[in-house]
This record gives sequence, structure tokens and C-alpha cells, in this order.
Amino acid sequence: MLGTYFTFPELLIWIPFITGVIAFFIRNSNSVKTFAIISSIATLTVSVISLFYTDVAHHPDYFYFNNVSYVWMPYIGSGFSVGLDGIGFLLTFLTALAFPLIFIITNKSGYKNLNSFIGLLLLAQAGMMGVFVATDALLFYFFWELALIPVYFLCSTWGGEKRIQATFKFFVYTFFGSLLMLIGIIYVYMHTPSVSSDSAHSFYINAFYNAILSPRQQDWVFWLFFVAFAIKIPIFPFHTWQPDVYEQSNYPSVMAMSSVMVKMGLFGLIRWLLPVFPAAVAKYDHFIIILCIIGLLYASCIALYQNDLKRFVAWISIAHLALIAAAIFTINTLGLQGAMLEMLNHGINVLALWIIVDIIEKKTGVRKISELSGLAGKSPSLAIFFLIIALANIALPLTNSFVSEFLMLNGIFDFNKWYAAFACLAVVLSAVYMLTMVQKSFFGKTNEVALKAQKMSAGQYIVLCILIAGILFLGIYPDPVIHLTQSNVGNLLGRIPLK
Amino acid sequence: MDHIMNAIILSALWGVVMMLGGVFFKKSTTPKYWAIAGIIIILAGNLLEFFGHPFFNVDTKEMLRFDAFGLIFNSIAFISTLIFFLLNGKDFEKIGIHVSEYFSLIFFVLCGVSILSSFNTLLMLFLGIEILSIPLYILTGSDKRNLKGNEASLKYLLMGAFSTGLMLMGIALIYGGNSLGSFYIDAINLGSGHLSVLVGVGLVLILVAMAFKVSAAPFHFWAPDVYDGAPTVVTSFMMTIAKVAAFVAFFRLFSTSFGSMHYQWQTLIVIITAATLLIGNVTAVFQISVKRMLAYSSISHAGFMMFTLFALNTTAKEGLLIYAAAYCIATIGIFAVIIKMSDYSIEGFNGLGKKQPLLALTSTIFLLSLTGIPLTAGFMAKFYVLMAAVKDGHQLWLVIFAVICAAISAIYYFRVIQAIYFKDPVPGVNENIEISSGFEWMLTITAGLIILLGILPGLVIDWLYY
Repeated sequence: MLGTYFTFPELLIWIPFITGVIAFFIRNSNSVKTFAIISSIATLTVSVISLFYTDVAHHPDYFYFNNVSYVWMPYIGSGFSVGLDGIGFLLTFLTALAFPLIFIITNKSGYKNLNSFIGLLLLAQAGMMGVFVATDALLFYFFWELALIPVYFLCSTWGGEKRIQATFKFFVYTFFGSLLMLIGIIYVYMHTPSVSSDSAHSFYINAFYNAILSPRQQDWVFWLFFVAFAIKIPIFPFHTWQPDVYEQSNYPSVMAMSSVMVKMGLFGLIRWLLPVFPAAVAKYDHFIIILCIIGLLYASCIALYQNDLKRFVAWISIAHLALIAAAIFTINTLGLQGAMLEMLNHGINVLALWIIVDIIEKKTGVRKISELSGLAGKSPSLAIFFLIIALANIALPLTNSFVSEFLMLNGIFDFNKWYAAFACLAVVLSAVYMLTMVQKSFFGKTNEVALKAQKMSAGQYIVLCILIAGILFLGIYPDPVIHLTQSNVGNLLGRIPLK
Repeated sequence: MDHIMNAIILSALWGVVMMLGGVFFKKSTTPKYWAIAGIIIILAGNLLEFFGHPFFNVDTKEMLRFDAFGLIFNSIAFISTLIFFLLNGKDFEKIGIHVSEYFSLIFFVLCGVSILSSFNTLLMLFLGIEILSIPLYILTGSDKRNLKGNEASLKYLLMGAFSTGLMLMGIALIYGGNSLGSFYIDAINLGSGHLSVLVGVGLVLILVAMAFKVSAAPFHFWAPDVYDGAPTVVTSFMMTIAKVAAFVAFFRLFSTSFGSMHYQWQTLIVIITAATLLIGNVTAVFQISVKRMLAYSSISHAGFMMFTLFALNTTAKEGLLIYAAAYCIATIGIFAVIIKMSDYSIEGFNGLGKKQPLLALTSTIFLLSLTGIPLTAGFMAKFYVLMAAVKDGHQLWLVIFAVICAAISAIYYFRVIQAIYFKDPVPGVNENIEISSGFEWMLTITAGLIILLGILPGLVIDWLYY
């Protein structure tokens, strides 16, 4: 059986990594495209199979399949340890799902040096997978940085005119954040108990969870981690890199970043920040939730006035991510459960939004909302797809976001009524900006720009259908996901003192 | 009977061989092969000594001491020199006609390096520093027709002589001030009492002199001019191996002699470290020439290596070794690429990714390593020195400050990477870079070494506990 030779987390890292390296050497652009799709579907297959082994009760081999640890640097107590648990399954699945869709959707578009482009995307995928499965703090940091480097090269090489500056700003921001986190990791490491005779301390996740940190120490080390994650998510006021990068970069990279990469930050909160610094979390929760809600309202207001479709989606994404971060810091069952579910939902919804924007720009050559009008008249199918996706973003019942936003708002309400009131205001705003945009660009008189639009390709149909199926399925029956992440929520609540 | 390090005698001997060889070598390429043969012999001698087979038995009266740390560092220095010769041996011909003499001076420097990694008395420290420095003064000015080089050489000589004078004064004060009246560095070990005035002043003077040698701020003013003015081949050598050797001596002296009074002088190190990091990184951002930028970046790396002196624990020892290896190999690598170019400005790198994919890729790996990105040796190096500092537990703000500086360093290193990959070539600039396939292979191996050390730093560190 599979687990005899390889465990799931290893396969999830190595398939994209090895195929990514190979992709650099495939000169023919058609074969490299096919190669990428095959590779990413192989990863998806592994991920889907892994979902059948998530239940500890039914599979006695659970740990055997999902956890593995190799000796790497025993003298400092670090190993190549990877493992999957509820939230890990969820996010590796999201990563595995997003990439084949991205590859299919970009199949028709011709980027220069396609082999490097695809190689870098696959390497980025490997890095992100690594972040979601690492159970060793140093390994986590390795993957955290390694996911960034391919994305840096992707966004700087292919994109708009100001791409180099925008991406560089992003790079310096995140690099700075990660280095702070590195100090934090080292500091916590110095306070961990030993788990083996080779070294006095350990980077292993359980050692981190058992690190002896006084509340005073937690107070400041907390911020080292928090800033790193906040920059990645991004939480107000660390968000300024995002609209620029999203505007200037190429679509496949943006899709990968906004649907998967930003989840690294949220994942970091759940996997590392909350359990390691429970006392500091309990102390700063109000402050951070207020920051998130300011960011949420701020981003929503700005989204109202965006004319550029890419910036528009970027601000929407910032708003949603702020809500998720706020829900995570409520530290109650509903908030956490909703946040974890929304991490998957947001991945799907924002990917779908980017695909629509990509299609609109490819078809018409324009991405200014003011220049678009009456697209529905020319391509009704796109309009239908978009309407469903827009409604999912507003969190209408029957769409996936409804369940998760309801849970999150409920969690915030339990935490503090006033915060919930402001957060709900953002939901109203989301309906305003989303529907205004639909109205302006899809309805109204069909203008010259819209007339240029061509029919959608089969690949685009397939991808959008898959995403919409996901939206509806999770909207009607979110139970499997909630079931999957239940144990994480339980563990987190067990670690953090209730007020 | 003690034994003397193979490396000291062999490198001195080979220096003489190369110097005499200058008379007999007819072709200008011959010295390069002799030099490569020489460094391999020295490296082999050093490794044999490490495994317990010394060639020479001389009573050194404990003035030199064999230990794992020194021998490992020697191996790092010799391997780096070997890489340097293999990559740039040919480029010594660009300096002038006395190729054999240049190599011979380098071997004398290596003799100084070996003394600095094994000294056990202050006198040997002084000799080592002088043997290291004097050939470097000459090498800096070896391109006689180049005015900038002459200026750099004179500047280096004057400033260097001044700092050596300070060091000598410091040595005298410490000799007079310690109760045993001893030059032996472990005999000076003063216990944990308070520093006496004499020893205190002596310590500060030695500290200043050593800070000068490793180009730590505020004693760094010579560094950019000298590194920029010297022939590029020489810069590559003196910026890496010579500087790191001075660091090893610095560490050896301060951990053995003054380690027990660590916290009485740590504040001085804190100030020097912070100033070095700040000045090195901030100034490097504004440089147009890559060579000069690397000169400032070498100051900033000195700042990171100062952390080992800040911490003085076992992790710092490990960190110094891995930092030495990572910094030397990456810097020699990026310099090997620069030497092949005619225009050293950042624009000179524009479009290198299209013109020379292999040069571009390897330079990127070297630059990523200097920035400290995971999977490269540079990350492990930074990781270890920062870990040493956190382990020490004092002045944690300095660690955070260092991290901010590391983020700044990304700005100037990545500017070169941006030029390589994302900008179009400037017509007429660096258009015909001639490289042989041997050079390409060597560059690939060097880059591979960087990644190997980034994954398995134990390859260097484990030998300490062999």
C-alpha cells in the first residue's frame, strides 16, 4: 500500500517539486502545458486519496500514513518532519485543487518562456504544500521562504509595467516579516524541552507547544510571529503591498497567491501562533480584532470606488481575509470553525473571481469597470457564471460563504456585540460593491468593447463549472469540512485559557 | 614534543617555491597550475594533520596550538582558496606580468591565516596579523599602472600600520597588567573579577585593532576604497579569506583570554555590531558599482560575524565556521562572475539571464546566499549566528535590529537579480563575456556547494565534535 513507501505529505511536496524541476527542461510549450496538468492532477489525486484516511477512529494506520519524520540536523534538534491533520488536509486539498484549474485556464494563453513559468508555479506549489504539512518549526520556515522565491520570480518576470517595483515591495515586506518570525522561532526554541538526547532543545511542533514561556516573554515574542503572518494575510496596516502586486502580476500567479498563498498566513495563526502563545493571544485579542475590523471596513469602502477590476478583486480579498483573521482571534468554537471553513471557501471564490476577470480582460482587452457595459448581452453564459460567483462573495444562502460567514459573524457576536455590528456592516457593503460592479459591467447597453467579446473556451467552461459545483456543494452540505476541522478547533480551545 | 601545523610550513615553503619559480616559468599560464597543485598539497597536509598525521615535529613551546576549530577553519580557507584559484587563476594575468609573485604573496597570506587560526600567545597573534597584512598591502597595489590601486595600497598600508601599532600597545599593556606577566592567551584568562585599568585599556586597544582588521564600523573607512581600488581578483581574496581569518583570530583571542569577563566588554561589541550593520547595509543601498556594493556588503557581513563575538558560546563557534564557509564561497563565486565583465555597474548585469543563462543562475544563487534565503549556505550561517545571539539572551533588540538590516540587504542584492532577469540588455555593455566550459563547470560546482551547505550545515560543523 501507499504508506509503505511514501506518506501523503511527502508525496504532496515531492510531486510538484520534482515535476517543477523537470518542467524547466521541457522546451516544447505544448508538452510542458500537458506535463503541468498531469503533474497537478497527480497531486490532486494523492490529496483526494488522503481525504479517505482522515478519520483516526476508522483507520488505525492514520499516523502511519500521515506522519513521517527523518533525521536532518539532529545536533540542533530539527528534523524533516511532516504530517497532516484536519486543517492540513483541508488546505493541502485546496492547494491541490487550485493548481490544475489554474493550469487548465491558462492553457490557451501564451506566456514567454513557458517552461520556466510552469516550473516556477509548480515549485511554488511545492513550497505551499510544505508550509501546510511541516511539523517542525525550522522546516516550516524553510518552506515559508521557499514558497516566496518562485512567486517573486513569477510576478517580476511576467506582468504589467510596474511589476518589478511592486513585486519587490512585496518581497521586502514578507522577507522582513519572515526574518522577525525566524527570531521568534529561535527564541521559542531556546525555551523548549528536549525530546531527544542529541540536543538540548527541539524544533518539533510538540516541543514548541510545550515551550515554557512566561506571559511577559509571550507578550513580545507573539508580535514577532504576528507581524510575519499579518504581512502575508495581509492584516491592516500591513496590506499595502497587495493591491499593487495583484494589479501588476500575471493572472496565474495572482490566482495562486490569492487563493492559496495568503492562507499560509492564516494557517500560521492557527498552527503556530495561537497554540504557542496562548497567554498573549488572550491579552491582545481585542486589539487585533479591532485592527481586522478596521481593515475589513476600510477595504470594503475602497472596493466601492475601484475602477480597475484587478484592484477591485484585490480589495475584496483583503476584506474577506480580515474577517477570517478576526474570527480566528475570537477563540470560540463558532468563530474558529467558520474561519477554517471560510479558508477553503475563500480559496474557491476568489479563484473563480480571478478567472472571470481574466476572461473579461482576455476577451475585451479592457479591465476598467467604467469602460465595460452590457457584457451579458454578448456572452450570457459568462454573466450567469459571474452572477453566481458574485452572490457567493456576498454570502447569499445556498452558496458556500453563507455558512462560513454566518458562523464567523456568530463567533464575533459571541465575542463582542459591537464588533459583530461593524463586521455585518461590511457584509452589506459587499453586496453594494459586488452588485454595482455586476450592474455596470454586465448589464446596461452593450457597448463596442463588449461586442469584441468572443465565446468562452471549453476549458473555461469546465473550470468554472467545477468551481460553481464546489460553491453550491459546500453551501448546501458543508458538514464534511466542519467534521474534518473539528479536532483542530477542539485542540485550540483546549490550549487557550477561557476568559 | 608538540607538532607544528603542517599548513604553516607548507604554505610558507610553497610561497618561496612560487617566488623562485617566477624565474623559471616561461609561459604565463604555468604559475596557475603550480599554485593549484600547491594549495591541494597544503589542504591535504592540513587534513592529514586533522586526522592525526603531522609531518613536522617542532617544539613550539605551546606558542601555537593545534585544535579542531583552527584546523577546520584552515580547511575552509584552503578549500575557498582552491575554488578561487580554479575560478580566477587565469585572471591574475590581467594584473600584470609578475603572475608567479602574486601567487607567492597569496601563499604567504595563507601562512598568516594558519598562524591566526592556531596562535596561543599574543606574540604569535601579532606575527600572524603582520604576515597576513603585508602581502595584502603589496597585492592591493600590484597593478602598478592603476592610480586608484596605488592610492588604495598606500591608504591600506598607513591605516593598517596604525592599527597594528595600537594592537602592539594593547599587547604590551595586557602583558604588564596581568598578574602572571604572560603572553599566553590562556594564562591571561583573568577569572571573573573586575578588569584592571591596564588590562581594560589594553583590551580596548586590541579590540579596536581587530575591529579595524575585520572592517567593523567605525573603523571601516579604509574598506570600501581599498576593496574598490585593488585589482578585482585581489579584492575577491582579501575580502573573503583574509577577513574571515582575522575574525577567527578575534574570536580565538577574546573567547580564550577575556571570555570570563565577557559581560564587562560586551557593550562595546554591541555598539560596534550595531554601527557596522547600519553603515554597511545602508551605504550599500546607494552604490552603483557592484564591486563597491559588495565592498559595503562585506562590512555588513562583518556585522553579522560580530554576533559570534557578542555571544561567545559554542553555537557562536559553530556559527563562525559556517558563516566563514558560506560567506567566502558565495563572495568568491559572485566575484568570479564580476571579474569576467568589463563594466562593473549594476546596469552591466542587465539581461544577463538572456545572454548567459548559467552565469545568471549561479550569480543568483550566490546573491540569494548572501541575502540569507533558505536552502543556501547563507541562510544557515545567519541562522547560526542569530541563534548564538539569542542563546546568549542579552540585548535582544540587537538581534531584531540585525534582522531589519538583513531585510535592507535584500534591497541591494535583489537589485542585481532584477537586473539579471527582468531588465533588457544595454547595447554595448558586457556584450562579449568569454568563459570556458571549465569555468562554467567550476561555477556550477561552487553553486552546488552553496546549496549543499544550505541543506546540510553539518558537513562543516560536525567535524568540531569528531
